[in-house]
Amino acid sequence: MSNQIGNYSLYIALFSSFFLLFHSSYSIRNKSKSLDSKIFSALSVQTFMVLISFFSLIYAFVVSDFSNVTVYNNSHTTKPLFYKISGSWGNHEGSLLLWLLVLTIFLFIFFISSKNLSNKYRIITVLFQELIIIGFLLFILFTSNPFLNLFPIPKEGTGLNPILQDPALAIHPPILYIGYVGTSIIFSSSLAALVCGMVNKIWAQHIKKWIITSWIFLTIGILLGSIWAYYELGWGGFWFWDPVENVSLMPWFCLTALLHTIIVLEKRNIYQSWTIILSIATFSLSMGGTFLVRSGILNSIHTFANDPSRGIFILCFLFLLVLLAIFIFFIFQKKLFKNLVKPLLVSKETAIIVNNWFMMFFLSVVLIGTVYPIFLEVISGSKISIGPPFYQKLMIPFLVPFLLFMALGPKLKWIKDNLGKVNLNQIIPFILSIVISYLIVKLFGISYLFILPLFAVGFFLLFSTIKDFFSKNSSLPQKISHFAFSLFILSILFNGIFAKEFSSNMKVGDERKFINKVIKFENLKIIEKDNYKSLMASFKISDEKRSINLNPEVRVYNQPRTLTSEAAINSTIYSDNFLVFNVIKDDGYYNVRYQYKPLMMWIWFSIILLSVGGILSYLKKND
Amino acid sequence: MIKKIKFVIIILFFSFIFFVFFLGLDKPNSYLPKKNITEIDTSLVFKNLYDQKEIVLGELISKNSFSIVNIWASWCLPCRDEHEYLLKLKNLNKINVIGINYKDKKSNAAKFLLDLGNPYHEVLIDLDGTKSIEFGAIGVPETYLINNKIIVKKYIGPLDQSKLKDIIEIIKNEKN
Repeated sequence: MSNQIGNYSLYIALFSSFFLLFHSSYSIRNKSKSLDSKIFSALSVQTFMVLISFFSLIYAFVVSDFSNVTVYNNSHTTKPLFYKISGSWGNHEGSLLLWLLVLTIFLFIFFISSKNLSNKYRIITVLFQELIIIGFLLFILFTSNPFLNLFPIPKEGTGLNPILQDPALAIHPPILYIGYVGTSIIFSSSLAALVCGMVNKIWAQHIKKWIITSWIFLTIGILLGSIWAYYELGWGGFWFWDPVENVSLMPWFCLTALLHTIIVLEKRNIYQSWTIILSIATFSLSMGGTFLVRSGILNSIHTFANDPSRGIFILCFLFLLVLLAIFIFFIFQKKLFKNLVKPLLVSKETAIIVNNWFMMFFLSVVLIGTVYPIFLEVISGSKISIGPPFYQKLMIPFLVPFLLFMALGPKLKWIKDNLGKVNLNQIIPFILSIVISYLIVKLFGISYLFILPLFAVGFFLLFSTIKDFFSKNSSLPQKISHFAFSLFILSILFNGIFAKEFSSNMKVGDERKFINKVIKFENLKIIEKDNYKSLMASFKISDEKRSINLNPEVRVYNQPRTLTSEAAINSTIYSDNFLVFNVIKDDGYYNVRYQYKPLMMWIWFSIILLSVGGILSYLKKND
Repeated sequence: MIKKIKFVIIILFFSFIFFVFFLGLDKPNSYLPKKNITEIDTSLVFKNLYDQKEIVLGELISKNSFSIVNIWASWCLPCRDEHEYLLKLKNLNKINVIGINYKDKKSNAAKFLLDLGNPYHEVLIDLDGTKSIEFGAIGVPETYLINNKIIVKKYIGPLDQSKLKDIIEIIKNEKN
């Protein structure tokens, strides 16, 4: 029953989309002002219908209705309720339905929160957004319908991938999607603003909230995915430059650049083209990411559904949207240049442009690293594999000037500033950070070329942002976010340089020495849970000062039968102790891998702080 | 005028990207390469994982019968999944299974095989990954079914029940 309800509500939503499309183009032509109510009701119907369809999918998962193919493929009666619910968006079909839901809800919120702006602008935004919604509805209904029937009805489902049974991953997709989908509103509304010739301060103030919202969700979404990879995949790292990870990072670079550009537009009414192009690019990259991930064109550890027909659909759809955006940009571009002021070289405006160029550089590195192997294979047939060294080699040297600009840029004034005011106050932190970095490098005998300058600029950014907290000339959210970023870079550096790893085969009762620590395998017990059996080991790691207990697990999930290792992680503010063990054979020995990771918490913490900066800026009243 | 040229260039650029991706979608994940480029380079020299002795690949490939070359690494999770199928292949006793250890630490690789069992008759090292590229590999795991220097079929991604069945059937058909 829920299958039919879900399916037909999607058709009704599709119908309302077409209605909105025709009605809004009609009302633009007639320039009438009283049609708001019809658009509003159609939008409400659409949002409501997608909501119903989403909840009927969740319902099917909760009651384990195996007449639904998606439920049959991704659930099982013994799953805990929480994972049954999260299972509804943990698969391809359900995740698209979630995407659609966020799209419609966002449009609805946009419509009711933009009442003070011109009707024409609102209607054109709805028009563009409905084009996207129709694309997704058709995609869902014809290539990945979550409401397909299965007959005869099986008694049991085939289960949810156990590595996806994790709280961080259950909320990671929705958060990331809110970020992605938020960029669609930015796309539609910037095209609408372009058409209406209102790319100006007022519009910037209005769309800034949406940009910040998407940015916050995207940042937290990436963070959650990264935390999941750290805890669940048990590799002991937080970023692997995997294509699927890169795909979420690319719109982030674009959105970060946009976040800075929109401030200039709001304050100084310049950089209209930058704003529009970045808005288009951010959304295209989000969509392009969906294409790369969902079409199976990439080979990655995150393997999703491999279905070329889906790929062709998204590709054509994306191409049409990009073409549309380019056409509109070129047709209405002349409306942009009315009040073009050239910014002076030494000013905050220029600093933000410098930031944008750096973002574009990092974006291109990641884009090339992700897409180039595909191009090369199609054009020449040869295959290459691009790994972390590529990204590190290309990005690290450019991080040095980037961080330097990040420390100096916010101090500059709008319109015009002079460099003559460099004084002792700024030179002292600079010298201090060089001395500190030199001591670190000397003390620990690090020989890598870029470590010294990286540490130096990292510390410099840290000191100058701390100093900024005592001055009044820039905004608090900016200070917090830049401070967080310096923490982030420094934590990564410390983490990368001082991490240590130990690996050995041990049996219960064994003791091993590792640097100044003793690792003891104390005992092992078997625990029965609802959906898995657990082998829980108990380890004690002690040095002169203190000792910690770690309880890693090996889980045997029953549906489908899968073995996963759950790392035991002891996190303190100084370091993480990471221990994972594996079953070898039946001779009582277990493979034990222990890692010491300094400042791991600070990486997570700094990203959270970065988004706190975003949240504060969202809450801040417009001055 | 300049605006028009810009416009055309941008449209052409995106169309180019579109077509590349479009063609890219057509590329299936496991395929039969054309006959003349299917030969493996038997002159490649590898080191053995355990004793570091240098071995020419040609000496390992069975003449007039099938061999399996599997590219793997201890850090690769899907390699763990496919391990049981490799063990099954070895247990068939009809086929020579060669493992190429890709960009790995020797101690980790040896431990991996000790822990999970060694499905290979010979384990070779490809420390920097360049030899696997000469093989035409794009990642791990990858499995090549080879008959007397010729790549009969290439499997990208972990082996599973259906791929295993496929391999066994190809061997059977050829024998008949």
